[in-house]
Amino acid sequence: MTMEDKMGGSNREDEALDRFPVGMRVLAVDDDPICLKVLGTLLLKCQYQVTTTNQAISALKMLRENRNRYDLVISDVNMPDMDGFKLLELVGLEMDLPVIMLSAHSDTKLVMKGITHGACDYLLKPVRIEELKNIWQHVVRRKKPDSKDRVNALNQDKASGGIGEAVQTSTSSSDQKFNKKRKDQNEDEEDDGEDNEHENDDPSTQKKPRVVWSVELHRKFVAAVNHLGLDKAVPKKILDLMNVEGLTRENVASHLQKYRLYLKRLSSVATQQANMVAALGGKDPSYLRMGSLDGFGDFRTLTGSGRLSSASLSSYQPSGMFGRLNSSAALNLRGISSGVIQQGHPQTLSNSINGLGKIQPVGLPANQNQNGTLFQGIPTSIELNQLLQNKSANHFGELNPVNNPNVFGVATKFPDARMTVGSSSSSLSTPSGSPLLLQANTQQAQHSGAFGNQSSLDVASLNQESFDMGVHGFSNFVDNGRCHENWQNTVQLSSFPSNSLSTCEAFSHEQLHTNNLQESISWRSSHLNDNPIDLSASMANAVLEDSRGDMQCQISPSNNVIHNIDYAAKQQWGENSSFAGADSLVAGAPYVQHLEAGKLAFNTKLRSNEDILFEQRKPQNEFSQNNFETLDVISSPMIKPEQYNETGMMEGELGYDAFPLGSCI
Amino acid sequence: MDVVNQLQRQFIDYSASLHREGFLDDQFTQLQKLQDDNSPDFVVEVASLFFEDCEKLINNMARALEQQQGVDFKQVDASVHQLKGSSSSIGAMRVKDVCIAFRSFCEAQNRE
Repeated sequence: MTMEDKMGGSNREDEALDRFPVGMRVLAVDDDPICLKVLGTLLLKCQYQVTTTNQAISALKMLRENRNRYDLVISDVNMPDMDGFKLLELVGLEMDLPVIMLSAHSDTKLVMKGITHGACDYLLKPVRIEELKNIWQHVVRRKKPDSKDRVNALNQDKASGGIGEAVQTSTSSSDQKFNKKRKDQNEDEEDDGEDNEHENDDPSTQKKPRVVWSVELHRKFVAAVNHLGLDKAVPKKILDLMNVEGLTRENVASHLQKYRLYLKRLSSVATQQANMVAALGGKDPSYLRMGSLDGFGDFRTLTGSGRLSSASLSSYQPSGMFGRLNSSAALNLRGISSGVIQQGHPQTLSNSINGLGKIQPVGLPANQNQNGTLFQGIPTSIELNQLLQNKSANHFGELNPVNNPNVFGVATKFPDARMTVGSSSSSLSTPSGSPLLLQANTQQAQHSGAFGNQSSLDVASLNQESFDMGVHGFSNFVDNGRCHENWQNTVQLSSFPSNSLSTCEAFSHEQLHTNNLQESISWRSSHLNDNPIDLSASMANAVLEDSRGDMQCQISPSNNVIHNIDYAAKQQWGENSSFAGADSLVAGAPYVQHLEAGKLAFNTKLRSNEDILFEQRKPQNEFSQNNFETLDVISSPMIKPEQYNETGMMEGELGYDAFPLGSCI
Repeated sequence: MDVVNQLQRQFIDYSASLHREGFLDDQFTQLQKLQDDNSPDFVVEVASLFFEDCEKLINNMARALEQQQGVDFKQVDASVHQLKGSSSSIGAMRVKDVCIAFRSFCEAQNRE
């Protein structure tokens, strides 16, 4: 596990833990003012830090603002503005905080309902101080599990009374882990970047070993779900497909439940995007503006998809829920995919989502190696996408034939420079699927039906260093702390999507200079129709930022890049896309060069973009989109997020759609 | 001083009698314990809050019950439930018990 990471956090946490349970931060929600007051006072008496509210909505808002601010949530069951159980679910799903239910009802059925919804405990009114004295155990227990698979030991008997010693010991050890875990979850920088661990929420808080759904695990889960089809996904089959030792059907079941809820939420966002996509209708020339995007991976928002993605992303951003690895990743992907998707596909929604989800880490690995990695990334991203929906996956598949979704693996090299495309090989591994696959549909025109540019920026959660691919760039772009926050891969993706979207948008308008990718993306998406230039701009941005992106594709030697890309592409994809990419690259190269002249930084960036673009490796993945939209990356001037200012995106260049990237897949 | 002592004694006596009669229960004692230097008027505040809230709830209930055409028992039930919760939090035992009885009436849909 990311112990190293945790170390830092744990130190801090340790101190806090030493005083534990003193100072534990509790959020109390109850519509009855008397109860609320009494409860608040009781909690203060127990030496906890209390925040009270009588509105579930405001409670959610507070939690979303900063999930670290609270350790525990106590909520009433009957509330006028929102059902207590629903709040419970949301908190558990989004923030993975222990929640305690409170009610005057002692009906067993209600208690059962509470437990199945994931409550840590169910207290009856009137609350007694002795019971409140014990609630801190829930917090500790939750932090304990470290390992991916069930953690046993720590979840010792919760027996309230005499846990005393047992708790002590387990606490101390679990505390450590707890802290670490918590920290990890909260921090974006995870060393590994892999795990975005979040503890599995077992409804029964009792001794069940916790399963930590790390990124890897979640990736497998999503792959299994997608394979089965979301509707048909049953825990048993998923379990079999995942083939992970020590994972029980219950773990999978509860995770599936959460995942489904997550998707549902996403779909509501997706609908918005779908609208956008529909609006876009046109095919966006997904150009991977490689150049400019350095890190960004072109967000070729497929005609509308770009917009969607932004929409989705933006929506996600606020939610910041990405706490969950998958979800966040999915979100990102979704956002991106949504943006990207769909043009031709009737499924638009799902497609878009897919598109986003599919954000395949386009990271054009300038280096051949990278390409390889990118592909890996893509699969991950794909998986992530799967999170979004199985459909998306299907969608992508469809897209391929229909549209050539250009998957721009824009390795959005976000400023973090991490991944940028090629280099992100490591990032690829990260679940988030690193580079976003910007699927530029630019090809649409050519490919009749090409998706819109799905410039799914693979923002692949590059959160972690490894994910430099787009995702990282994305997070950087996003400027959201979130991005960086450890949403480990997933987050990255999510943030990226927003960024990428913005970038994409920027490109489309060729203006992407917007710092916030999100903005640009949204802008882009709207403009997608107009500009064939897909988000490549975003890509460019990403690219630009990504200094790190060792983008092999040195734009300056655009020729070289092209070659590289081409080569890489070829290698990677074999027949597909590589050519497309090459074409685009070539196109981009000149373009890039052009850009380069203008921008110093840009060059490097572009390269990465290009690389990313080429990465479209999609062939492997269902993303048919492989149209590499052109490396329009050059359009990077467009996206220039503040960070990238140097690149001076050439907006005009974005309009490059001329390069229909050979549909990669 | 003397007056204060007297008042205090009266207060204690009064509380004791309330306890005995079953108006108040342990919860109230707990509330009293919660009162300390940090929140000197805690009990008073809680009690007044309780009265306010109660009043509202009872009004709601009365309105609901007075309806000629079909009393909305669900609403009454909800109000009673809330009242029960509040009263138990504050330690008003009798009120709480009454609420419980009330609820069973509601379920029986017995207006009387």
